[in-house]
Amino acid sequence: MTAAALDPITVTSDAREENPWARAWRRLKRRKGAMVGLVIVVLFVLLATFASLIAPYDPTATSWSAVRKPPTWAHWLGTDEVGRDVLSRVIFGARASLSAGLVSVGIAVGVGVPVGLLAGYAGGWIDSVISRMVDAMLAIPFLILAITLAAFLGPSLSNAMIAIGVTATPVFVRLTRGQTLAAKVEDYVEAARAVGNPRWRIALRHILPNIVSPLLVQASLAIAGAIIAEAALSFLGLGQQPPAPSWGSMLNSAQRFIAQAPWMAFWPGFAIFLAVLSFNLLGDGLRDALDPRHR
Amino acid sequence: MLTFLTQRLLQILPTLVLVSMLIFGLQQLLPGDPALIMAGEERDPKVLEEIREQYRLNEPIPVQYFYWMKGVLTGNLGESMRLKSSVASLVAEKLPVTLQLAAMALLIAIGIGIPAGIVSAVKKDTAWDYGANLFALWGLSTPNFWLGILMIFLFSVTLGWLPASGYVRLGENWQASLATTIMPAFVLGNALAAVLMRHTRSAMLQAMSADYVRTARAKGLYEGRVVLKHALRNAMTPVITLLALDFGTLLSGAVLTEQIFTIPGFGKLIVDSVFNRDYAVVQGVVLVTATVYISLNLLADIAYVLVNPRLRG
Repeated sequence: MTAAALDPITVTSDAREENPWARAWRRLKRRKGAMVGLVIVVLFVLLATFASLIAPYDPTATSWSAVRKPPTWAHWLGTDEVGRDVLSRVIFGARASLSAGLVSVGIAVGVGVPVGLLAGYAGGWIDSVISRMVDAMLAIPFLILAITLAAFLGPSLSNAMIAIGVTATPVFVRLTRGQTLAAKVEDYVEAARAVGNPRWRIALRHILPNIVSPLLVQASLAIAGAIIAEAALSFLGLGQQPPAPSWGSMLNSAQRFIAQAPWMAFWPGFAIFLAVLSFNLLGDGLRDALDPRHR
Repeated sequence: MLTFLTQRLLQILPTLVLVSMLIFGLQQLLPGDPALIMAGEERDPKVLEEIREQYRLNEPIPVQYFYWMKGVLTGNLGESMRLKSSVASLVAEKLPVTLQLAAMALLIAIGIGIPAGIVSAVKKDTAWDYGANLFALWGLSTPNFWLGILMIFLFSVTLGWLPASGYVRLGENWQASLATTIMPAFVLGNALAAVLMRHTRSAMLQAMSADYVRTARAKGLYEGRVVLKHALRNAMTPVITLLALDFGTLLSGAVLTEQIFTIPGFGKLIVDSVFNRDYAVVQGVVLVTATVYISLNLLADIAYVLVNPRLRG
């Protein structure tokens, strides 16, 4: 054997693999829409977190001398039917909407991902039973199921979050199951099985990290859907209860005064639109950055 | 085809049974004694016992489910406590109203979404494409109840062109019927138009890069003919299938739209029943909606197989 044949192969810095998350972030940064979405999301999070510092008035304080006043320097977005400051209520309303979006999607991910992983990895009768249950839940249109659940649980913001979370769960079960079915025949899973890893470890340590990307995309789009759903439930009187501020319940009362005080309807609706748009932009950008088929 | 149809029918049966169990199970979420809820103000133990007997509330839950299903299969969806009429007759009365609204919304969505998708794909990376994509983002992000309120403000309050609420049956006076439903139909169709635009754009882009389109161009055909006759016809297959599925979503969207425009349809029935704790109606309406949705899924699958010869087997 010659010395040359035994020379070690040196790995140059060019051949080094870039961290997949760093690569995704680099790609995401290139997408203007996604970055605009991310900035608006961050602004909403800051508004919700520091609402009590930012809002000029107490969102529940009424003033009979300022009933349905149009926008002025004292009340930038006007006042409502009992003299409450619309700007302060929009700022505090971000809390209800964002927490509903995050908590309900958290419930959907927390239940849907493990169940989907179980269905996809275990297969057999477990998969059949779970898949049929998912089909049954998906057969009932999203909002109708959410309204029905919220009505049966009782009107409150926390019950609305549970109802939206439960309703959004089947989508995560189906997505995780599909991704798990595709991943479990990959070589790295075969290799993990060959070295004697237990099934739970293969599912959690080898499959789950490799299917996170589509779940992350779905989660950001689901938050947009959950914000609309919470606003819809609050609009119907099944979510946040008065006098606590919520964009949906603000629209409900604004509807009655649309001819006299259109500003009451414009701003909370615009806030919902902006929040949903930002999560949609972020979700679209994440999909492009994380899914090779969309590049 | 017959084998495929039989297989699909056999697949939807367990789904339908599970849907019925889910809807029946919802009643169990109710806190307290259902007999007390049904009795309303009445607290006489004799009356409560009669209600329990009448609705078999003393029986075990599987037995209650069996009797409920037996009724459903014979067309008896129960009775509305509030309206004192059968749920089946309420559904038969309200469903056509929502179907008219959904059909108009679908036409509006097709009229806007498909041309926008075609233009966006054909003029890719131009101002047209960006404009169409912005329209799609607007449609997907706008809550339909907000859009409804804004349209009432513009077209009813400010301009006075259209009525803000109410409904006239198509058979009674078609002009008045169109005037009362055009705004809600637009509100309902807006988001669907955005979804359709995105699907059409994606399907058209795929079709435009196919070999048969290149061949058509190589033959010297006009670009308009290549786009409309060759690319569009092939791109429409998945879009039409998705339309059938989205029709079910329109039923869901109708809940809020009917509430805003005070249209006495299926959506308003479910909301009114929810607030009046008329649970038999809620269960009946949800069951009918799910059955319509599953049937549309089946029809979409059949349509897909019919238009795609490779799937016929």
